[in-house]
Amino acid sequence: MATKSAGSSDFLNNLGRVYGIYTGGFLAFVILLAVLEQMGVPNKILGYLFVFFTLAVYAIIGVLSRTAQVSEYYVAGRSVPALYNGMATGADWMSAASFVGMAGTLFLLGYDGLAWVLGWTGGFVLVSILIGPYLRKFGAYTVPDFLAFRYGGNFARALGVIVLVACSFTYVTAQIYGTGLIASRFLGMQFEIAVFAGLVGILVCSMLGGMRAVTWTQVAQYIVLIIAYLTPIVILSTMKYGLPIPQLTYGQAIADITAREQQMLSAGLASVAALKPHIQPFINYTPLNFFAIIMCMMVGTASLPHILMRYFTTPSVREARQSVAWSLLFIFLLYFSAPAYAAFSKLEVYTNIIGRDLTAIRPWLFNWGELGLIQICGKNAASIDAIVAACKAIAGHPGVVRLQDFVINTDVIVLSTPEIAGLPYVISGLVAAGGLAAALSTADGLLLAIANALSHDVYYKMIDPNAPTVRRLMIARVLLLIVAVVAAATAATKPADILAMVGWAFSLAMAGNFPALVMGVWWKRATATGAVCGIIAGFGLCLFYLVTTRYFPGIGVQYFGMTSLLNPTTGAPVVDIAKAMALPNAMESFPTLAHPLANKVGWFNLTNIACGLLGAPLGFAVIYIVSKLGKEPSAEMQAYVDDIRKPRGRTVLEEKTA
Amino acid sequence: MPDSRDLKQREEAHWAKTSRLMFTHLAVWFFFGFVIHMFVKPLNAITLPILNFPLGFYMAAQGSLIVFVVMLFLFARQQDKIDREFGFAEED
Repeated sequence: MATKSAGSSDFLNNLGRVYGIYTGGFLAFVILLAVLEQMGVPNKILGYLFVFFTLAVYAIIGVLSRTAQVSEYYVAGRSVPALYNGMATGADWMSAASFVGMAGTLFLLGYDGLAWVLGWTGGFVLVSILIGPYLRKFGAYTVPDFLAFRYGGNFARALGVIVLVACSFTYVTAQIYGTGLIASRFLGMQFEIAVFAGLVGILVCSMLGGMRAVTWTQVAQYIVLIIAYLTPIVILSTMKYGLPIPQLTYGQAIADITAREQQMLSAGLASVAALKPHIQPFINYTPLNFFAIIMCMMVGTASLPHILMRYFTTPSVREARQSVAWSLLFIFLLYFSAPAYAAFSKLEVYTNIIGRDLTAIRPWLFNWGELGLIQICGKNAASIDAIVAACKAIAGHPGVVRLQDFVINTDVIVLSTPEIAGLPYVISGLVAAGGLAAALSTADGLLLAIANALSHDVYYKMIDPNAPTVRRLMIARVLLLIVAVVAAATAATKPADILAMVGWAFSLAMAGNFPALVMGVWWKRATATGAVCGIIAGFGLCLFYLVTTRYFPGIGVQYFGMTSLLNPTTGAPVVDIAKAMALPNAMESFPTLAHPLANKVGWFNLTNIACGLLGAPLGFAVIYIVSKLGKEPSAEMQAYVDDIRKPRGRTVLEEKTA
Repeated sequence: MPDSRDLKQREEAHWAKTSRLMFTHLAVWFFFGFVIHMFVKPLNAITLPILNFPLGFYMAAQGSLIVFVVMLFLFARQQDKIDREFGFAEED
């Protein structure tokens, strides 16, 4: 079904065989490394083999997919079958944050963390129903392309580019940061060098072949990442419960966790303040923020340009719709496994670390302690001596690890699971390769989205519409290189806010893109003036809320009537505003506070990650009112909208492709 | 027969049906994305047999996700059927 409308090339007709052989080859490679490990090859060499072998494969795909055709470069020749586009979207979508961070977030937040699982899956429903297939029929190369056509030209296009860059750039920086983190951990590289090594990995995949190369690399990366994600917990589940389906067996782990929580409380191993019951809802987020995060992540999904543009590559509108379904299926495989990771890790920590004598700590912990990712009694858990010394400093410490003594960085959960389960190092290497694939594939997609917007929208459409093909592709590649280097340079400075900013990207995309895109397809009466005003108002409000609550809380309180957020468990204000305002510069220290709430003051007790909830409704309202005040769009434009709504026929926008 | 009607009428009927499908799916999406999770506390009192999951937790961790996946495959088929009915589907 998936390949019948594909082009005539040998590669497209043999996709199943090509990727089947590739998957088999990858598994054989893992087994080979496992054998090498048994023969005594040191871990460090195994780690290097893993990373360099996978990078080499991606690079080969990237080079083989090089192209000199504009439509191949921008939309992979619109020839990617639904199933494979689904895999590519899966890799495009699942970032380092999903692969490495999601399980950790669930570990930390319990039920409340599921807001992210729901938010990052349900959005594809909106992609398919409201936007994606219509943009495919329209025939754009980029999201700003559509905005420009529907809303009267280059001003709307420029706004679209601004929104796109605002939500993609911090996101790509976080991905490159992620590659640096994984490479430095597993290869012992210096972080800054690892960042630029990751950069090279990203560039070889995307520079020569644009969308076409990125697509076929992402399919390969999806296969690596999903194998890497599922292998450790499938083994763990089989060992613990005798059933290789962790998604079903972790129900028992959750029951065990709940029982152990009570036991820890009664044995004095956990204080009531430190213990957050795993299944109890709304103790980390208020119900409002829980649902606000779900809404913003979902709507943000349907507005993020690097995701929407993946559906420009399918051969037909019909396949675009099928492709969204495949995408979510492939994404679902990872997301419905993440809570299992969290549950197994939590059970391990609660039963084998909490309550253990300080001198009997298991040594896998020290690897992470050295990096500052696990702390016991407030100090890095680098060795037994360090832990004992740190805990002695606490008055009345019983000499065993208590829950409140133990702090774990959320990134460690997935990366350490193989060690916790006592699996051979080759599995750890596999997980690292998977995390790298997740970070690289998302970075590829984002970089391409940014560089395409700059080269296609800004350069070709706004600066030099007569540019010959050769120069357009040249400019596209040079811009890709520049954006990548700037992103890597930013990541190398280890900006503290980077992870919070990924959450922001969704709200910014939601506020900036969603109203204009949806109204553009679903309401013929939406006018250019209305949309332009709506984008500015929605995006502006969202950005204002983010920046003010995060960086200028004092000004927000003083001039904009913001109040302290409330603690979700006690309902008390998290900060005494009167006192804080009286101190000089007191408010400036707020930004150091990170996850799970990136702000302390705001309106309606709303976390700033969910600022799209303010911006998007405003955007809709402004588009509606301003459109109603103006003259209705030309009959010609309304006819174009009719065309977009019908899958049959030529695309509305015909690009010069020669 | 779709061909006997004029284009404008077909377009309008096609879009009315498409819109209805859109609202139906959005309602299901909203229910499983939001409404059901508002009742997580009472649902958690129910434990799934054999699997041992509290139902409220299960719905957020797996149940709703499965619904979303199934919905999307279903939607792709239903919308294609509508497009075909009015003669607006792409050629196979």
